[in-house]
Amino acid sequence: MQVAKKTPDPLGDYPGPATEVRLELYRAMRRARVLEKRAYDLFLQNLVKGTSHLALGQEAIAAGFATAMRAGDYTFCTYRGHAHTLLRGASMSATLGELMGRSNGLLGGKGGSMHLTSVEHNAMGSYAIVGAHLPVAAGAAWSAQYRGSGQVSVCFFGDGTTNIGAFHEALNLAAVWCLPVVFVCENNHYMEYTAIESVTAVKRPAADRAASYGLDAVVIDGNDVEQVYALALQALDRARNGGGPALVEAETYRHGGHSRADPAKYRPAQEVTQWLARDPVDAYRARLLADGISEASLAGIDEAAAQEIDDATEQSASAPVPSLDLITRDLWNDGGSAWRN
Amino acid sequence: MAELTYRAAVAAAMAQEMSHDQNVVFLGEDVAAAEGVFKTSAGLLADFGPARVRDCPISEQAILGAAMGAAMTGLRPVAEIMFSDFVATCWDLIANQIAKTRYMTNGQISLPLVIKTANGGGLRFGAQHSQSIENWAMAIPGLKVVAPSSPADMKGLLAAAIRDPDPVVVCEHKALLAAKGEVPDGEHVDNLGEARILRTGSDLTLVALAAMVPKAVAAAEQLSADGISCTVVDVRSLVPLDTQTIMNAVRQTGRMITVEENPRLCGWGAEVASLVAEELFEDLDGAIIRVTTPHVPLPAADVLEDATIPSVQRIVDAARKASAY
Repeated sequence: MQVAKKTPDPLGDYPGPATEVRLELYRAMRRARVLEKRAYDLFLQNLVKGTSHLALGQEAIAAGFATAMRAGDYTFCTYRGHAHTLLRGASMSATLGELMGRSNGLLGGKGGSMHLTSVEHNAMGSYAIVGAHLPVAAGAAWSAQYRGSGQVSVCFFGDGTTNIGAFHEALNLAAVWCLPVVFVCENNHYMEYTAIESVTAVKRPAADRAASYGLDAVVIDGNDVEQVYALALQALDRARNGGGPALVEAETYRHGGHSRADPAKYRPAQEVTQWLARDPVDAYRARLLADGISEASLAGIDEAAAQEIDDATEQSASAPVPSLDLITRDLWNDGGSAWRN
Repeated sequence: MAELTYRAAVAAAMAQEMSHDQNVVFLGEDVAAAEGVFKTSAGLLADFGPARVRDCPISEQAILGAAMGAAMTGLRPVAEIMFSDFVATCWDLIANQIAKTRYMTNGQISLPLVIKTANGGGLRFGAQHSQSIENWAMAIPGLKVVAPSSPADMKGLLAAAIRDPDPVVVCEHKALLAAKGEVPDGEHVDNLGEARILRTGSDLTLVALAAMVPKAVAAAEQLSADGISCTVVDVRSLVPLDTQTIMNAVRQTGRMITVEENPRLCGWGAEVASLVAEELFEDLDGAIIRVTTPHVPLPAADVLEDATIPSVQRIVDAARKASAY
């Protein structure tokens, strides 16, 4: 396990976020944590069906970026995108309702766990074919550049994505066109069931490719939410001001397997233990306490998140199942799906 | 009316729509400075500048991904895939992403974008630069598909595709690029989903698409001399499919032949034949016949390619067979 221990040099003398931002970062991680835990529990009760890819252990990356982004910025994420979508502003109940296949879901039940989207919050979709959304995120950045809107596109993906063609095509185009897009590789060290290092020619799957596209190699501790937040602010600001794309490799670890079906027995016990001890939520809580933030204020956040997920569960469980007329709706912009007259 | 080539009609449609809407942007390989490998974007860079007419690397996934991301955030991109065969390198973007996103997001995301691509055989380019891929696109829910057969339709249907709020695949037939025809003056925007009757007869309906349309018309002329009177329907738009125009024609003639450039299996004509068989069974006077390319890749040598793609003679032979029932 090799993790960058300190904030990268470009951050210089960055003093760290103000207390209210620190509490916001903690709240974001806690909310993502309760959502993912509840998704797991509901799966065991067969109330969440199909599959789900949980971000337990990886919450700091979504939390750090979402807190640093402006409302108009775009998020593109993967099938492991519950936290990213929630933290851009989607409601807990609409997020959970989609996992549960209920009519209150973000997508009315048509998308499911792997496609969470909330356009009103500029969460522009969760993409379930590895790599596909990197060029799409570049396209949204191109649009922002063309319109002169000052928006930045942020694209989250896993380490496995760095070996698919779309990753390289997107990075090259983004660099050549100097697009305002931040590519964030969440390196959890496993592409599905296989150690990334065993199938990748370079040690750092994202950062070691950065030079190919004229970009800086940036590796951060993805379990340190303040480091993520600081780096996000910097990369967003640079992109917003015409500095072009960034590629960030954030090191982290999945607490569980790739998906519902995966017990993750391929991981060495010692490695798992080591990373569990670096749980981003617990670690940050301890750090905030050590820095003098009161137990009461943190407990208040914890309790609010627990109440929020309980309410969301109840609302979703009691929401109607989707109406069957949805099946033929919204293929086309006219709301229907007719292909003939 | 001015006479334009099919290739000039492509550029005319692009120029018309880029003038009409600042949000129309164009990207692809060799489309800007080189004006397109088939010269279908002549003048666009000069008229609209490099911010709107963009040369891309050989990165089809990046091209279509960029178009998709731009379309969902307020632009109306037109993405060119140089040869339609190359859609296989970015089929994920087309079939999984662009086609499905509106549906999966319960209508949250609209994708007003066009994928235009040089399609079809006849230029001796061999099996990887000559395919007819309109059936691939037609098979995916969420894509509209047009394949114009004349300069006027090229301009009007491409313009309509650009104004359409949904993703549209526009197949530009390579064998028609030099064909000339009258194109309406001024702004010309056609309608997707409308077939056109090019000739009306009483014995047989020939239903054709793109480069097969002029062959069907030529066959109808020959057959007329033999006393077989043909209606010719130019399908123009596979999705939406104008089944009413096709069926009304077949009701009048009782017989139908589809003329398809694609390999035999799962061509668009199979869908049309199925619909006609199911809904017009009582009106049919004989078997439906499909004229297609044999179920092989297209060979390169001129004699081989010409003998593989449906010819006027093959259409005439099929028509005689159909009329003999």
